[in-house]
Amino acid sequence: MILSVRDLKVSFRTHDGPVRAIDGVSFDLEESEILGVVGESGSGKTVSLLAVMGLITDPNATIEGSIRYKGRELVGLPPRELRRLRGNEIAMIFQDPMTALTPVYTIGWQIAEQIRAHRGVSKPKAMERVEQLLAEVNFPNPHEAMSRYPHQLSGGMRQRAVIAMALSCDPALLVADEPTTALDVTVQAGILDLVRKLRAKHKSAVVFITHDMGVVSELADRVMVMYAGRVVERGTRTELFSDPRHPYTRALLGSIPPLTGEKPRRLPAIPGSPPSLLRLPEGCAFGPRCPVRYEPCEARKPGLGASAHAAACFRVAQA
Amino acid sequence: MFYAILRRFGQMLFVMFGISVIVFLIFFATPGADPAARIAGRNASPEVLAAVRHSFGFDQPLYVQYTRMMEKIFVTGDLTSFVNRGWKVVPAVMDSIPVTLSLVFGAAVLWVVVSIIIGIVAAATRDSWLDKLLMALGLLGISMPVYWLGEVMNLMTQSRYHDSWAFSWVPPLGYKNFSDDPKGWFLTLVIPWITLAILYIGIYGRVLRAAIIESMQEDYIRTARAKGLSETRILFRHALRTSLIAFVTLFGLDFGALVGGSALLTEVVFGLHGIGKLTYDALQNLDLPMIMATVMYASMFVVIANAVVDFVYILLDPRLRAS
Repeated sequence: MILSVRDLKVSFRTHDGPVRAIDGVSFDLEESEILGVVGESGSGKTVSLLAVMGLITDPNATIEGSIRYKGRELVGLPPRELRRLRGNEIAMIFQDPMTALTPVYTIGWQIAEQIRAHRGVSKPKAMERVEQLLAEVNFPNPHEAMSRYPHQLSGGMRQRAVIAMALSCDPALLVADEPTTALDVTVQAGILDLVRKLRAKHKSAVVFITHDMGVVSELADRVMVMYAGRVVERGTRTELFSDPRHPYTRALLGSIPPLTGEKPRRLPAIPGSPPSLLRLPEGCAFGPRCPVRYEPCEARKPGLGASAHAAACFRVAQA
Repeated sequence: MFYAILRRFGQMLFVMFGISVIVFLIFFATPGADPAARIAGRNASPEVLAAVRHSFGFDQPLYVQYTRMMEKIFVTGDLTSFVNRGWKVVPAVMDSIPVTLSLVFGAAVLWVVVSIIIGIVAAATRDSWLDKLLMALGLLGISMPVYWLGEVMNLMTQSRYHDSWAFSWVPPLGYKNFSDDPKGWFLTLVIPWITLAILYIGIYGRVLRAAIIESMQEDYIRTARAKGLSETRILFRHALRTSLIAFVTLFGLDFGALVGGSALLTEVVFGLHGIGKLTYDALQNLDLPMIMATVMYASMFVVIANAVVDFVYILLDPRLRAS
C-alpha cells in the first residue's frame, strides 16, 4: 500500500462562514496503480490531492483525518520533513503547463534544480540526468531542449517538460491534476500514452484527476467519483463503466456522446448546478438534482460502505 | 547588438534635437520675451538695445541663431552665457556633472540595496508586525518633503548636535572632489545620500513587497513548492527574480530624471553645485545658452538610462530576448 487516506476533511474559514471543501474522503492506492478521480469543478478533487501533497498553504485552512504514505502519517508532519518527500517521493503534474514553469529559467535548469534539491549530485551530473529524462518523455532533441525557456516551447512540450520534472527523482507516487485539460486533443492522446508508458517503466502509482470520463476509461485501473467534497462512488474501471450505481455517475456517463449508432439530438444534461459548499443540503448533496430521490435522501447523508465497488446512495443499498 | 546600439544612438540624437528646438523656440516665442531688452537692462536707450541685439546676434534669422548655438555647444565648445559674458557654458556643465553624479549614484546604491532588503523582509513576514512597521516607515519616508528633511538633517548635523559624538564627523556643507580628497568626498556626501534616498527607499520597498507577494500567488510558485524546494529558495530564486522587473522600470525613470537635474532640492539644501542647481539658476535669469546646455545633457542621460533599463530587462526576462 503506497497511500492510504482515511476520513480526510479540509475546511476553509471564509467571510461567509466555514466551508468544508472535503468531507470525509477515504481511499487507498496500491503500488503502480492508476486511480482516476472524477468530478466537476469544485467537487474537491484537486483540494484533496493538494492536501496529500501538503500544498495547502492557506492559513485559513484546517486539515483533519489521516494521510499515510508507505505507513507514515503525513498530516501534522513538520514542513521540513514534508519537503523531503515532495518532489522526491511524491511528485505532482499541474493542470496548466503554460503557467506551471518559472518563466525566467531554462527547463534544464528547473529540472536540475529539483534533482539537486533531493540528491547531492553535481550540476553536470544533474544535467546528464535531465537530458535522459527529456529523451524519455519524447523530446525530439533533448540536448537542445534543455537550454530552452518555457515560452519557447508549445503547450504539449511544456507539459512533457513538467512530466520529466515530476519523474526526475523516481517518485513512488505521482499526482496528475488534469494534465491534459489545457491541451488540444491530439496532444492529449500523446500525454496519456506517455503516462501509461512511464507508469510501466518507473512503477509509480498515479492519481489522475480529471473531469473527462473518456480519459478515465482509457487510463485508470480504479475510479473514484467525487461530488461536493465527498466520494459518491468507487470501483474498478470495468465495474464503474459497465455497472454505474450512483445516479450521479450514471448521469455523467449518460452525457457522453456515443461514438456509434444514432446520436441524440441533444445530449442529456444533469439538471441544476452543483450546490454551494456554504449551503449544503441536510441530506444527500446530490439530492436536489437526483431523478430517483425519496424521503431518506433529505434527512441524512448516505454513507459509502466498505465494499470495493460502492456507491453512497440509499437506493443502491436498498436494491 | 550593434544594430540595437546604433538605433539607440539615433533615438538619442532625435530626442536631443527635438528638445533643443522646443527650448529654443520657447525662449524666443514666449510673449514679451525680448532677450535683448532683458540683457540691456531697464531704461536702455534704443541705440544700446540695437547694439546689444547686433552683438548677441539676435538680428539674425532664428535658424541661423539655432545652428550657431548648436555648433558652439557640440563643435567648438565655446558657447558663452548671455548673462555673465565670457562665462563659458560647456566647462560649467562639465564641472557640475561629477557633483550630481556623485550625489545620485551614491543615493541610488543606498536606496536599491535598502529597499530590496525591506521589500524581501516585508514580503517574507507578510502581515506580521515587522511587515506593518516597515511599510509604515516606508510611507513616512515617502511623505517627508526632501527639502524639509534636508534642512532638518542640516539643523541636526551642522548646528544643533554637531558637537555631539554622533555628528562631529560631519564636514561643513559643500562638495569635495573625489580625486583631491576621497575621504572628504565621502563624508560630505553621506548625509545628502541618506536624505535623497529615503523617499525612494519608501517607494521602492513598497513596490517590491507588492510585486513579490503578487508573484508568490503564481502557479510556478506552487510548482516550486511541489518540487520540494525550501521557502527561502522559492522566495529568492523564483519570486524575487520575476518581481524585479517592475523595480527596474521604476529605477530607470527615477535615475534618469535625477541625474538630469531633478536632485535640485537636495543640491540646494546641501550647497552642492550640481546640474540641478545650474539649471535652476539659468532658468532664474533666462540664460538661454546655459539652459540649452543643461537640457541637452539631461536628455542625453534620460535616453541612456532608458537604454540601460532595456538591457537589464533582457537580462532579467528571457521572454524579451526573442525579437
